[in-house]
Amino acid sequence: MSERRIAGEPASRGIAIGPLVRLADGSAEIGRRHGDPAAERAALDAAITAARTELAELAAAADELAREILEFQVEMLGDPALVAEAAEAIAGGAPAGAAWAAALAGQIVAFGEAEEEYFRARAGDLADLRDRVLGHLANGAAVVPQTLPAGAILVAHDLGPSRFLGLDWSRLGGLALEAGSRTSHLAMLARARGVPLVTGLGPLAGETGEAVLDAAHGFVILAPEPDTLARYHAQRSAAGADDDPAALARPATTRSGERVLTLLNVDDPAALEPHRLAASDGIGLVRSEFLFLGRERPPEEAVQRRAYEALLEAAAGRPVIVRTLDIGGDKPLPGVTLPQERNPFLGLRGIRLCLERPELFRPQVRALLRAAVRGNLKVMLPMVAHPDEIAEARELFAAELAGLRAAGLAAALPEIGIMVEVPAVAIRPERFAAADFFSIGSNDLIQYTLAAARDAGGRVARLALGLDPAVARLIANMVDFGRETGKEVSVCGDLASEPDAVGALLDLGVRRLSVAPAALGRIKAAIAVHG
Amino acid sequence: MTAASATVLITHPTGLHARPAVKLTKLAKTFEAAIRLRPDGQEGWIDAKSIVKVMGLKLRSGSRLELAAEGVDAPDAVAQLRALVERNFDENV
Repeated sequence: MSERRIAGEPASRGIAIGPLVRLADGSAEIGRRHGDPAAERAALDAAITAARTELAELAAAADELAREILEFQVEMLGDPALVAEAAEAIAGGAPAGAAWAAALAGQIVAFGEAEEEYFRARAGDLADLRDRVLGHLANGAAVVPQTLPAGAILVAHDLGPSRFLGLDWSRLGGLALEAGSRTSHLAMLARARGVPLVTGLGPLAGETGEAVLDAAHGFVILAPEPDTLARYHAQRSAAGADDDPAALARPATTRSGERVLTLLNVDDPAALEPHRLAASDGIGLVRSEFLFLGRERPPEEAVQRRAYEALLEAAAGRPVIVRTLDIGGDKPLPGVTLPQERNPFLGLRGIRLCLERPELFRPQVRALLRAAVRGNLKVMLPMVAHPDEIAEARELFAAELAGLRAAGLAAALPEIGIMVEVPAVAIRPERFAAADFFSIGSNDLIQYTLAAARDAGGRVARLALGLDPAVARLIANMVDFGRETGKEVSVCGDLASEPDAVGALLDLGVRRLSVAPAALGRIKAAIAVHG
Repeated sequence: MTAASATVLITHPTGLHARPAVKLTKLAKTFEAAIRLRPDGQEGWIDAKSIVKVMGLKLRSGSRLELAAEGVDAPDAVAQLRALVERNFDENV
């Protein structure tokens, strides 16, 4: 069979080479018989008990966000109403798996049709629960991690967060999903843990054998030719530098000895490994959305302040740059009603939304002002397109600062910089001189410059790959402006985490990179061979 | 058999979502009494110990909830559940 390439959506960078193994979703179990109704019932009870124990263990080891999701599942599993419905079907002659799936199906449909996004999202939890119990009914055959071959590329239609957290990713290669999306909670977990993930691949039924998962570009290569394999093996060993303590610990200097600052992008502080933070020059981008996701309503000021203070403490004097809430109509936020827009990427998002909805923004502003007295905190505004947005945000910070001080609370005004994502900023940076620093968000800058979404797939996504000359010009503009004014200019988008792009960024004069924690070793290695 | 009942206003801003619902059913299960719930003005009752049924109500903030219990510890059950709802499920809101 000749080599075939199936395109999906890159959701968490990395390369895996290994056998494709389909994760049992339990669908094969639905029709299987264990015996008479009594035996079916006993099998179901045993599977539920095993699943509950497993979920409780996962919850105990999880961070706060994951624990809430898991505890809800544990409670669901212990609900006699759910079991009663399945038990009735079993008494009527149904196999345990079919009875359980049918009992859950009604609930999944009911939640899936709910008006509120929050309730709809629970349908995913229930599907996760259904599959976990079906997996146990099947005797855990392919579900138990120990039976998965080392380095395997796991294939599933979609995967719930509890299944993901239950797998031993230190010995598995990566994950290829037929459905799913890069904005899911699962994708966030995968990026934080450095697990290569490609979503939206479409049907992969029956595909087996050795394969390559190229999660940097978003495809799977089936039946790879020997030279394809050799190429990816070489790439992967270069990436191995990420886990090599010596490679991580070395200061980032070019071959000619020029120092390059390497900072980290943080999606979820719970998943930030201390040895990577220790090997970095600080935190160049905190995506503060982690505080808002997986909750029923926006977090209050105190919750946010504690999270920022914890990051400052972990950074031990090095800078921590927090990006203020960056959401829009395409990224729904529980408890917040956003307008449905025909084109959310050109709509009310980022700083525009925060200025429009100060009740959402003010608690974050106060939390940042108060945390600022505890370390080297900087604040970064996303999606700035007009200088007035910086002025308005500064007014809000000043007003809240005055309020806090009047109340006798310790607070300080941090440096306020902006993301460079909208070409308007990079074309005329001097208009945005009210910003204290600049950080180039390459993902959006590329998308807005080339009018191409990276997750569009195919021809469109290819436009958004790599460093287009027009984007390079915009970055050079920013670097020149930084040199003239003495203001910091960094790159914090995915481009900075791609070894292939780092040389080009250094050539353009970039000397500050903020990268995915899992890419730190490989980026330092790429810097070391430059110049 | 002792019986008790009460009506309580849900003031938690997001209503009976997963975390409050888990707290409510967990507390209900600590009592021997049979405990039933229904939104004020609705016909059918549901079992307060079932997370599936409680979440199924999809109760929003501002709804009134009727609580009814039967069993030896019914008065205590109603009093404690009512207090939990009134305390906004012990969440900082």
